[in-house]
Amino acid sequence: MSPSLVVPDLIRDRWPLGRSGRPAVPAFAGTTLLAGIALLMALLAAPVAAQDSLPPAPYAYQQLDDPKLEAQAQALMQTLRCLKCQSQSIADSDAPMAGDMRHQVRSRLMAGDRPEEIRDWLIDRYGDYVSYEPRVTSATWPLFALPLVLFVVALLVVARRLRKRA
Amino acid sequence: MIAEFGLAALWLAAALAVLQLVGAALAQTAGGKVLAQVVRPAAVVQALLCTIAFVMLLWLFVRTDLSVLLVASNSHSAKPLIFKLAGAWGNHEGSMLLWITVMALAGALIALIEYRLPEKTMHATLGAQAFVGLGFYAFLLFSSNPFERISPVPPEGMGLNPLLQDIGLALHPPTLYAGYVGLSVAFSFAVGALLTRQVTPEFAKVMRPWVLGAWIFLTLGITAGSYWAYYELGWGGWWFWDPVENASLMPWLAATALLHSASVLASRDALRTWTIMLGVVAFSMSMLGTFLVRSGILTSVHAFAVDPERGSFILALLALYIGGALVLFAMRANTISEGKRFSLLSREGALVVNNVALSAILGIVLLGTLYPLLTEAFDVRVSVGPPYFNPVSAIFFLPMLVVLAVGPLLRWRHDRFARVRLPVIIIAAVGIAVLLGVWLIAGIALLPLLGMALAATVAVASFLPLRGRALRRLPIAVWGMAVAHFGVAVALFGMAADSAFTIEKLSAARVGETTVVGPWQVRLDRVEPVAGPNWTALEAAMTASYDGGEGQVIRPQSRSFWSPQQQTSESALLTRWNGQLYAVLGQAAENGRWQLHLWWKPFVTWIWFGGLLIALGGLLSLIGRVSVDVRRRSATTRIEARHAEATR
Repeated sequence: MSPSLVVPDLIRDRWPLGRSGRPAVPAFAGTTLLAGIALLMALLAAPVAAQDSLPPAPYAYQQLDDPKLEAQAQALMQTLRCLKCQSQSIADSDAPMAGDMRHQVRSRLMAGDRPEEIRDWLIDRYGDYVSYEPRVTSATWPLFALPLVLFVVALLVVARRLRKRA
Repeated sequence: MIAEFGLAALWLAAALAVLQLVGAALAQTAGGKVLAQVVRPAAVVQALLCTIAFVMLLWLFVRTDLSVLLVASNSHSAKPLIFKLAGAWGNHEGSMLLWITVMALAGALIALIEYRLPEKTMHATLGAQAFVGLGFYAFLLFSSNPFERISPVPPEGMGLNPLLQDIGLALHPPTLYAGYVGLSVAFSFAVGALLTRQVTPEFAKVMRPWVLGAWIFLTLGITAGSYWAYYELGWGGWWFWDPVENASLMPWLAATALLHSASVLASRDALRTWTIMLGVVAFSMSMLGTFLVRSGILTSVHAFAVDPERGSFILALLALYIGGALVLFAMRANTISEGKRFSLLSREGALVVNNVALSAILGIVLLGTLYPLLTEAFDVRVSVGPPYFNPVSAIFFLPMLVVLAVGPLLRWRHDRFARVRLPVIIIAAVGIAVLLGVWLIAGIALLPLLGMALAATVAVASFLPLRGRALRRLPIAVWGMAVAHFGVAVALFGMAADSAFTIEKLSAARVGETTVVGPWQVRLDRVEPVAGPNWTALEAAMTASYDGGEGQVIRPQSRSFWSPQQQTSESALLTRWNGQLYAVLGQAAENGRWQLHLWWKPFVTWIWFGGLLIALGGLLSLIGRVSVDVRRRSATTRIEARHAEATR
């Protein structure tokens, strides 16, 4: 496994509109922190600086030979968040970490994993934040319940008009 | 001196807004007739002063006056002139000044030309406009002063984010703001009508051009923003349900609903409360969009919590205006009758269904955008993206398109199904034929498949209302409706085709090697360094030929800007009627190879052509409505003149 997968998701793109996907400036660069925390951050940041000089993992910029598997990989990668960027999927990012995650997705698919297994594995590692496809959990159920409520309300509004006006 | 002059103009403009508000408030009382006369002139002078302040800011940016903090932190002497100008509004303070300037100009325009409503309602409207304006003046003067000086003066400016140094993005914020501000005028009209209990068809007629204008600008702004994201960001996507994108989509959804409901009120005197409500919601969504983009809350909820001044200010304004308007609405809603009645199977009925659907989509986008911010505040981080928004909004979007196809065929007030049976059968047959045809030939995923079938349905249906009518004598506004609805079909087809048929190819190519992507052969000819005014780049020359045809040269670049330091990919596009070849030059790989990222995107340009058609339809409607108003006005003047002559 590539070392960059342990990069904390604290590190984000500083540009407000940044979709360039280039290596981002760490978010803590401009903030004042206690010396101890700063030291810790510096230690964490070191592998980031190092990783930029490493060549990208083989499947970061290489498609799978089987077009069906590649299509699955593409579909999955478009729904996984690049943790170093702002609002960008790993399919769209040139950040090294996104490249490593693409490599993971493609090589696991080739090894026979199903796309949803890979998503679950990544969620285990990075939390729900990594997936653009929210799961139904105790924290996210309103996301799914409210549209249903909306649908019922919409039907009721229209039905009420129908009854009153007809 | 320029900066101080600008700041003084801004303060004076704010003072005039106070005068306008006080005058308007007193005009509502019996004794305030004298001060009422200042309301309209105050609006005009306020706009003048605001424009002066904005011109001063532009001037500072043209001169690159680095003693001004805003210029120093957003400009650079080596920047081309157009981007120096764009830099004036490519930042927080400048864009807020632009907002208030456009808003003051809009207020001046209604003060100058609008005499159709009762004077009391007009005063209430201009008062509401001044009240909204004052919030933004306070925001600018107290927490976002664009004219602040810096000492010591830095030797050089920090530059503008290179991603923003693009002509499309230079024009993007003014376009969107014109839309937002148009909705603020609609909001003021709604508040004015509520305050004076004058929710009449006349009110809707006066408000409609502003809603239409705002909607045209929003449509153009979203279309341009989407195309910008597509070619500038170098990832081949055109919409990602990003919060910033959603922030511009939500006012558009509300404005679309408002537009249709205002039309019903103007021509049928129905949907009174609904129109007022949408007027409030539409502007609320503009404010919310501004809050999301400007407060920094999107970067991180916690970053917002650390430096909450600006965000809190906008949030307070948001609460004040939306809350105030909603309270007023709740107090007055029961005094407004609902207006004329109609059956569900009627033009109004179809519009109600679509308005409800649009509002529901708005609700879903709002939910999906705000929910992650809400959970993040409780340290639970979730992401809501395309896999959520696409299917969930489709639940409402697809039925809405069906109603969009049928609705314009129906008569106002009441209709019988038997009368429209033939056209309904025709469009249903078209839809089903395309559905089966595409499914059998291509076998694509469900959503794009339904999208294509509905695109065909709507395309045919959009021109059916013109059937059997004298096309030459048809009102321009009806043409506008047909063109806009056809634009929806065109855009939808582009979206469906792009999502179903895009072919992506990554290759590590040596110079001289050819990569095949879909029907294209792309040969890498050479890679060489080039330089621009504030960047250097590696540029690839590639020869692309479609289906073995003649080769065309494209030159994607990988650019490095030096102030501020950033790398961007300048994609190269080859456009055909049936799609685009999209090429990005990546990094150097081993053995003298270059990473190439190529896409063949069938019919992708139809998305933006569709957007332009929608805006064009809006423009036709606007021209139609305004020309009728002007003709009616000159006719009234003539009749009055004749009356005066007769009585003499």
